Amino acid sequence: MSNRILIVSEHDGGRLNPSTAKCVTCAAGIPDAEITIAVCAANASAVASQAAALQGVARVLTIDHPVNAHLLAAAVAPQIAALAGSFSHVLGPSTTFGKDVMPRIAALLDTAQISDIMAVEGATRFRRPIYAGNAIVTVEVEAGAKVVGTVRTASFQPAATGGAAAIEPAAAATEIPTHTRFVSVSAAKSDRPDLQTAARVVSGGRALGSAEAFQKTLYPLADKLGAAVGASRAAVDAGYAPNELQVGQTGKIIAPELYVAIGISGAIQHLTGIKDARTIVAINKDSEAPIFEVADVGLVGDLFQIIPELERLLS
Amino acid sequence: MKRILVGIKRVVDYNVRIRVKPDGSGVITEGVKMSVNPFDEIALEEALRIKERGAAEEVIVATIGPADCQQQLRTCLAMGADRALHVQADGIIEPLVAARALLKLTEKEQPFLVILGKQAIDDDNSQTGQMLAALWQRPQATFASKVELDGDKARVTREVDAGLETLEIDLPAVITTDLRLNEPRYVKLPDIMKAKKKPLETLTLAALGVEQRQRLKLTRFEPPAQRQKGVKVKDAAELVATLKSKGVL
Ligand SMILES: Cc1cc2nc3c(=O)[nH]c(=O)nc-3n(C[C@H](O)[C@H](O)[C@H](O)COP(=O)(O)OP(=O)(O)OC[C@H]3O[C@@H](n4cnc5c(N)ncnc54)[C@H](O)[C@@H]3O)c2cc1C
Ligand SMILES: Nc1ncnc2c1ncn2[C@@H]1O[C@H](COP(=O)(O)O)[C@@H](O)[C@H]1O
Repeated sequence: MSNRILIVSEHDGGRLNPSTAKCVTCAAGIPDAEITIAVCAANASAVASQAAALQGVARVLTIDHPVNAHLLAAAVAPQIAALAGSFSHVLGPSTTFGKDVMPRIAALLDTAQISDIMAVEGATRFRRPIYAGNAIVTVEVEAGAKVVGTVRTASFQPAATGGAAAIEPAAAATEIPTHTRFVSVSAAKSDRPDLQTAARVVSGGRALGSAEAFQKTLYPLADKLGAAVGASRAAVDAGYAPNELQVGQTGKIIAPELYVAIGISGAIQHLTGIKDARTIVAINKDSEAPIFEVADVGLVGDLFQIIPELERLLS
Repeated sequence: MKRILVGIKRVVDYNVRIRVKPDGSGVITEGVKMSVNPFDEIALEEALRIKERGAAEEVIVATIGPADCQQQLRTCLAMGADRALHVQADGIIEPLVAARALLKLTEKEQPFLVILGKQAIDDDNSQTGQMLAALWQRPQATFASKVELDGDKARVTREVDAGLETLEIDLPAVITTDLRLNEPRYVKLPDIMKAKKKPLETLTLAALGVEQRQRLKLTRFEPPAQRQKGVKVKDAAELVATLKSKGVL
């Protein structure tokens, strides 16, 4: 008997978010998986064809509705819940989109949710981090119950493209509430690599001391490395960097090839966000800073001397 | 009466370095410092500020958990909540059960706003508020960094991956808090004394008609994979050389 898996896609109306391809990889790890991607959109065609190109996907279901011009949990959840009947699993990414919508879907389906799936051990058995990643728990879903979960995107590679799944419209015969309305989003557009998918990340902490120093010190180095910029919570709280750059338990969980932590002490909540980085570099003037416990390469010293020199060496 | 309901959870303090029991049956919580979940302190702070601005008349804190939770409820009363509801329950309370219990409390208390944390820092589930909103068939504004009330509506700014998103929601609604919503006040000693006299009502899940079902079996706990010990370099030049030799640059 195959496991029928429904993935709730994330997108901005035109482009499929890379988190969806990671959900596909997670789903493909479930035995006998038959994978369907649902696309709720105002006009799903562009996103649907990107979803259909992901290898391992059998089918793409589109729900075109004007309300889906901005994906709001209150509107998306009933549309997905109405589709979910014949599926054994409903998965979404553990991004702010998925974290918002998936529990609402789970509750409509009267199902428990497994958050932040980091490994698949079987059709009903998964592993996930708890206590900011300081423990890993194996979770088993009761027999016969639907599995609803979010996929920890840092734990899975994106599925390859080159597939050609069938695209079909789904009948969306649900009542969609109007009590929640989109007003605006301030997406800081930059040419810089995206923090969540970048191969290299340069992050700054409280030690940077000001927004100006953060810009002037970190950005040139990030440019030299072709890296995305990240920040600790202390740096965001102090206004040195915008909130979408925060890395950690309550920010973004990332898995770059190279992570450079500059003037960051290495609090547990920050380390949670970088555990899956391939190589961690730490630059900190305090040789006892906890960041050195996880760093592959550590350099003790004043960042305001080291960073300009590093930048020069990389030129 | 215009009421705000705040859900709080007793959790291992965020400063504690958690350890897994050697037999893999759980994490060590004996003798460990317990606190109000940090996001829930922010939720309570927001409710208190709304009341102080005159937009609410009463702030109620509620928790579902064992008898020990009353300590955290008293802390919340000392912070300024008017009264507390303790839904007594031992063992694991999954988010769906917590949401069902909170739903019963909304029916009982008729709040115009329910504020919860965006996640409890023990299980890191981030589910309860969204589930409550679904069961209550009301709006949700999760991960809030700014809340503006305007009559029977609210404008909520949310911290999302792309930046900041603003929603307009009809009340009543559920809001979950992000870290930058506010900075919770400190509890003063005289308030701790006063809090002892504030009402704390004890209920049970059974009396609310909520079944304490555990649907997810937690079969094994393990420590996370340890990273290999790294090297220290003396200067920027050696750092670049080391990264090159590792094939990173
Ligand atoms: C519920 C909760 C959730 C949280 N979530 C997150 C999260 O998602 N992400 C996160 O990052 N934090 C999070 N935190 C906060 C976390 O606990 C720390 O407070 C925060 O990470 C500290 O940031 P920092 O390392 O920049 O600052 P600090 O801890 O102040 O460290 C600054 C470091 O810079 C070094 N330094 C100073 N000057 C120099 C110099 N000239 N050159 C080199 N080094 C220098 C110092 O030695 C120090 O180690 C959370 C906290 C809570 C309670
Ligand atoms: N047992 C509980 N009692 C009261 N509130 C809870 C309980 N569990 C969770 N909550 C609330 O729901 C939020 C999110 O929790 P969670 O979904 O477990 O991450 C918490 O920050 C609390 O505000």
